[in-house]
Amino acid sequence: MSRKLLYEHINVPGIETFEVYRQKGGYRAVEKALSSMSPEDVLEEVKASGLRGRGGAGFPTGMKWSFLAKPEGVPRHLVCNADESEPGTFKDRHLMTFIPHLLIEGMIISSFALGAKDSYIYVRGEMMPQIRILEKAIAEAKEAGFLGENILGKGYDLEIHVSPGAGAYICGEETALLESLEGKRGNPRIKPPFPAVSGLYNRPTVVNNVETISATVPIINDGGEEYAKVGEGRSTGTKLISACGNLKKPGVYEIEMGLSVEEFIYSDEYCGGIARGKQLKAVVAGGSSVPILPANLITTTANGEKRLMTYESLAEGGFETGTMLGSGGFIAFDEDQCIVRNTLNFARFYAHESCGQCSPCREGTFWLDKVLYDIEYGKGSQSDIDLLVNIAHNIEGNTICPLGDAAAWPVASAVRHFREEFEWHISHPEEAQTRNFGVGPYADPLVSTVTE
Amino acid sequence: MLKVTENQEVNFSEEMLAQFGEIVSHYPEGREKSALLPIMHLVQKEYGWMSVNAMDKIAEYLNLQSIEVYEVATFYTMFHLSPKGKYVLDICRTGPCCLVGAEKIMEHIEKTLGVKEGEVTEDGLFSWRGVECIAACGFGPVLQIGPEYTFYENLTVEKVDQLIAELRKKEQEK
Ligand SMILES: Cc1cc2nc3c(=O)[nH]c(=O)nc-3n(C[C@H](O)[C@H](O)[C@H](O)COP(=O)(O)O)c2cc1C
Ligand code: SF4
Repeated sequence: MSRKLLYEHINVPGIETFEVYRQKGGYRAVEKALSSMSPEDVLEEVKASGLRGRGGAGFPTGMKWSFLAKPEGVPRHLVCNADESEPGTFKDRHLMTFIPHLLIEGMIISSFALGAKDSYIYVRGEMMPQIRILEKAIAEAKEAGFLGENILGKGYDLEIHVSPGAGAYICGEETALLESLEGKRGNPRIKPPFPAVSGLYNRPTVVNNVETISATVPIINDGGEEYAKVGEGRSTGTKLISACGNLKKPGVYEIEMGLSVEEFIYSDEYCGGIARGKQLKAVVAGGSSVPILPANLITTTANGEKRLMTYESLAEGGFETGTMLGSGGFIAFDEDQCIVRNTLNFARFYAHESCGQCSPCREGTFWLDKVLYDIEYGKGSQSDIDLLVNIAHNIEGNTICPLGDAAAWPVASAVRHFREEFEWHISHPEEAQTRNFGVGPYADPLVSTVTE
Repeated sequence: MLKVTENQEVNFSEEMLAQFGEIVSHYPEGREKSALLPIMHLVQKEYGWMSVNAMDKIAEYLNLQSIEVYEVATFYTMFHLSPKGKYVLDICRTGPCCLVGAEKIMEHIEKTLGVKEGEVTEDGLFSWRGVECIAACGFGPVLQIGPEYTFYENLTVEKVDQLIAELRKKEQEK
């Protein structure tokens, strides 16, 4: 069994209540930080831990915090990004449902480090049940003296507020989130200025993911150096992976970074292999925005090395033959799945979710959707395949926020790795309506699967 | 039965106003606009959808121009701009759920309810629509029903039938 830093007590009955969470050592990190550490000390521990943002981009958290401007007399804010809407990603919902006090504890430590006195958790509106859970957890923590005025008699005041979204993927992008939190449409802001200088209400703001903030709890309890011993290289600590698609045991798993992808998919401790004894065809390893890889490239790199669940190893090979860890949304496709159909589905998603501010994204996502629709429904021509690549290329890098890239990469990578399947769809328009291309030449069948 | 009207009489009760006040208190002075989304959720919960009257009243309460409320209502998918059934079934239609059969579930719901996406059943009880990923991909197919947004996971045709029958029964017993 690998070490669990966030989910050690996830299966303890009642862990969602303050009482049980506290019995299991909860809020020790708050006591430690407030009674024996300065905000700078907390920041130093987070820096030493090597923690990187778990929301998708993997930016070092300590560095992000150190950029926070601290002008005299201007309030600063911590905003927790609980908008979780990236297809394939469902870890934050899981954490907030089953161990909400971990997030609240992390919010207190992080707010203390940043000098924030009013912190917000922006939760996507569809997660009403989780909003209620968090509100209850906050009330319990306040009742016990861990929130409010003069926490633990140490002179630090903090309120945590839960604020709902209302259904828009783009509000996961941090500046769109801030707009939304200000009661507006979620149109991303042009950067600079970055939120660290001018964020919520034009005040210095740090936006962090639910899991990132929660990870500060073990970091303060055990020390940043201890945390950094877990994991592999610059991918320190553990990561929550939400696994879905055609797996025997989909769900949320806390892994030590450095676990091999093969073990994650096939061992019984994790996903237990492909459902119904089917063969793996492809994987999207880090949420819908990252490049899709065929089975043979997900378990081993193009150089023939074992691929690991780390930021670096998943990215090995760049866009040609690699992908990204992203948000940890791990989607497995079995031999019966159609890559064209899934690519169309994702393209439709991004076209629907584009905020419409920049023309390359607004028009480009619309065209990707339309061209893919034609191919899927037997009305495509071979030149459409290059057209897709061309459109994706024209969106990439030409937009205000990274949603444009997120829409372009899945299409570009699907065409790169599964071109035969697109060509077959176009050359066999009728047959493609009745059956799928199958596993094709991509999947190098694994000779033996890993067992415990 | 839900009355389908083009617009509606909207008067916020004392209780609702107290809830609004509580929400506003979470944001700094002069930043009351931040309370817009949560207040809209409460209003939709009460009235079922976002009528122009409702939006104008919210604008008045928060001291905003009406357009500031309209533009928000039209941006976010959770706000209904026309009357909907009492129970709106939001079914996830995004990639991961489709890998495990969401499309079949949607077809089945359309057939069972006998109305197209976005329409209301004759008895005013149900509407359905496909929505984008609702962060439950490992437990798909999934749907959720407002205003509390309860999740129903690992759906099968049988589970959907049972759910619809239970909701119908609950309404008949009222
Ligand atoms: C289109 C888009 C959607 C995003 N959605 C989320 C999200 O749902 N949750 C999240 O934490 N970060 C999301 N991000 C990343 C955020 O912009 C931001 O980088 C992150 O919240 C920073 O937190 P971290 O440093 O702790 O990862 C999204 C980014 C983009 C461009
Ligand atoms: S890239 Fe797309 S989502 Fe992002 S700001 Fe531009 S139009 Fe909006």
